[in-house]
Amino acid sequence: MSSRDAVLNRIRAALAADTAPPPPIPRDYIRVGDNPPGSPPVLELMVDRLIDYKAVVREVTPDQLADAIDDALTGSRSVVIAQDLDPDLAAAAARSNRTVTIDGNPAVLTPAELDSIDAVITTAKVGIALSGTITLDGGPGQGRRAITLVPDFHLIVLHADQIVQTVPEAIARLDPLRPLTMIAGPSATSDIELERVEGVHGPRTLYVLIVG
Amino acid sequence: MSTFLGIPRKHAAQEESPLRGTLPFPKAARKELANGQLRRNLAHATSVIRTKRAQVVDEMPDWEALRDAGAATKTQVMSNLPALLEQFEANVIARGGVVHWATDAQEANRIVTDLVRAQGVDEVIKVKSMATQEIGLNEYLEDNGIAAVETDLAELIVQLGHDKPSHILVPAIHRNRTEVRDIFLAEMADAPADLTDEPRRLAMAAREHLRRKFLRSKVAISGTNFGIAETGTIGVVESEGNGRMCVTLPDTLITVMGIEKILPTFTDLEVFLQLLPRSSTGERMNPYTSLWTGVTPGDGPQNFHLILLDNGRTNALADQVGRAALHCIRCSACLNVCPVYERTGGHAYGSVYPGPIGAVLTPQLTGMHGHGDVNSTLPYASSLCGACYDVCPVKIPIPDLLVELRGRAVDADRGRTIPGGWDAAMKAASWIMSNPTRFAAVEKGLAAGRLVAGKDQKIKHLPFPGSAWTHSKDMPAPPKQTFRQWWKQTHPDTDQPGGPA
Repeated sequence: MSSRDAVLNRIRAALAADTAPPPPIPRDYIRVGDNPPGSPPVLELMVDRLIDYKAVVREVTPDQLADAIDDALTGSRSVVIAQDLDPDLAAAAARSNRTVTIDGNPAVLTPAELDSIDAVITTAKVGIALSGTITLDGGPGQGRRAITLVPDFHLIVLHADQIVQTVPEAIARLDPLRPLTMIAGPSATSDIELERVEGVHGPRTLYVLIVG
Repeated sequence: MSTFLGIPRKHAAQEESPLRGTLPFPKAARKELANGQLRRNLAHATSVIRTKRAQVVDEMPDWEALRDAGAATKTQVMSNLPALLEQFEANVIARGGVVHWATDAQEANRIVTDLVRAQGVDEVIKVKSMATQEIGLNEYLEDNGIAAVETDLAELIVQLGHDKPSHILVPAIHRNRTEVRDIFLAEMADAPADLTDEPRRLAMAAREHLRRKFLRSKVAISGTNFGIAETGTIGVVESEGNGRMCVTLPDTLITVMGIEKILPTFTDLEVFLQLLPRSSTGERMNPYTSLWTGVTPGDGPQNFHLILLDNGRTNALADQVGRAALHCIRCSACLNVCPVYERTGGHAYGSVYPGPIGAVLTPQLTGMHGHGDVNSTLPYASSLCGACYDVCPVKIPIPDLLVELRGRAVDADRGRTIPGGWDAAMKAASWIMSNPTRFAAVEKGLAAGRLVAGKDQKIKHLPFPGSAWTHSKDMPAPPKQTFRQWWKQTHPDTDQPGGPA
């Protein structure tokens, strides 16, 4: 007998004595927040949570975005972007004589090549105010997972209407078949005496521009 | 009869396993209790994490509703496990993954080793994973000439220190900063010579040490927090980014998943992604969660192997009571509130799953093989105070399960031909208590106990067999008079308590 059949047979035998079906799952937890996506209370909560996680956050108008990107990238000399990043964002990243490398054009970067680049700028799929979380799904402007992992500085441009209040609202907006990365603050560890240290293997700085 | 009391029982030989220590819990605990440094490290760490958890749970008005949903989901998963596993397997395969099944640790280790060999490498990077700890994968790989590099900071500290993890979430919780620095200086070849014990410096030393390994590794091994049946999606929850490195940079990813980690639908994540981080690290959300489904062309590993692991889980499942232990999502909240864990530390439990849930889960996975099995002592590693149940995000009734397992450990011993001290004491008590005259006579004698009690009215040393009790606990001195004597004195008109007024 294959191990697959052995395990499944054992499970079926283990469950053979069960007679009553299990009770239904109660879903009376909060699924939709009191405030709509992008509303002032949701944005306020998001900013508060992100700052609590040691992310850097700025709220900007569309007109201020390019300057804010240039400003955020002060100190970074090279930036990697996805092929389909909005040209305006790419142009802002290239200001101040920064080198902008496009992943996949002409070539997909190796991990070592990514390691030599200072920063990455991406968009995102959805933000969750209650838990201060931003989710990437590889959609337009976001690229492969590796480009947001290896460079030390991650700049995310998030639009106000992408920010929802609760975790269930965010899960409902995600496509499970895409590779998903949920990010809450920069890389961190609490493994030594439970003292939180920001910045281990992932980007040591998470900078979020909320456009509204 | 008392002459039998000191005769040692035959100890059954048990196979060595990461789920079974060498000493019974009381003996192992006594050894650990002698380590003051360990207790200080633990007291500090658990109190920090308890406070953090309480804060982020208190701010959730729907916390109890989330717990109820989590508990009910797990109950459904267990009752529907065969169909969910088959659905999950089909979806992983449909998305380009390869699925393997392993009945036990040996089989899982062999599959992993063959997969690593097929890639022609002798070093792999690892995400922290309880499933691979449980099967002793690192040791097995090492015996087969493959170095498994732990990339979680705490696991790295444990690995470099030739130590064992002592906590489900914070494996090096028993080490303080100075001990970590000493381990790094002694064992990490590229550690800076001027390394201080500042946590930030230590974390940066680990970053430098692991960076090159991340960037060049061809094969990574992970566990999983969730497997979604409906989609074939797998989730890994972490903080440092080492998990993201492992599950995205190498060409080949091998994931070992206990069969109980299934969730039916992607929507169920809305419950568990709230329950898990708040319960485990005391954060609203852990810094990084990676979710992937099979293979994504052009992004991440292009070879994905999933190993579905039984290793005792079907034994636990077959047990109507113990099945609840399989609901565990390994958050470790129960460890951080447990007064017994806080004093003995994780090593005393002898299993990779320590603390209250470990005391239930471990004997369920291995079975309890009578009095000689050290895992038969684990259900006693608890004060039954109930704090573990209060914090459990999926409402596992750990104290009830411990009591049930204690009953079974006693039952398993009933067939012995030589009675133990407990049986003898109970038989004697039964003989005395079944007759009022005998009982009254013994009661009168008890007052003599006042003579051996100290000024604080506590008896600290009794001769054998009473020493079995006073060795670990004081005994209050008996009262001056018995209830019957008091009744006679205060109710001279009646013959005995409970008689007609």
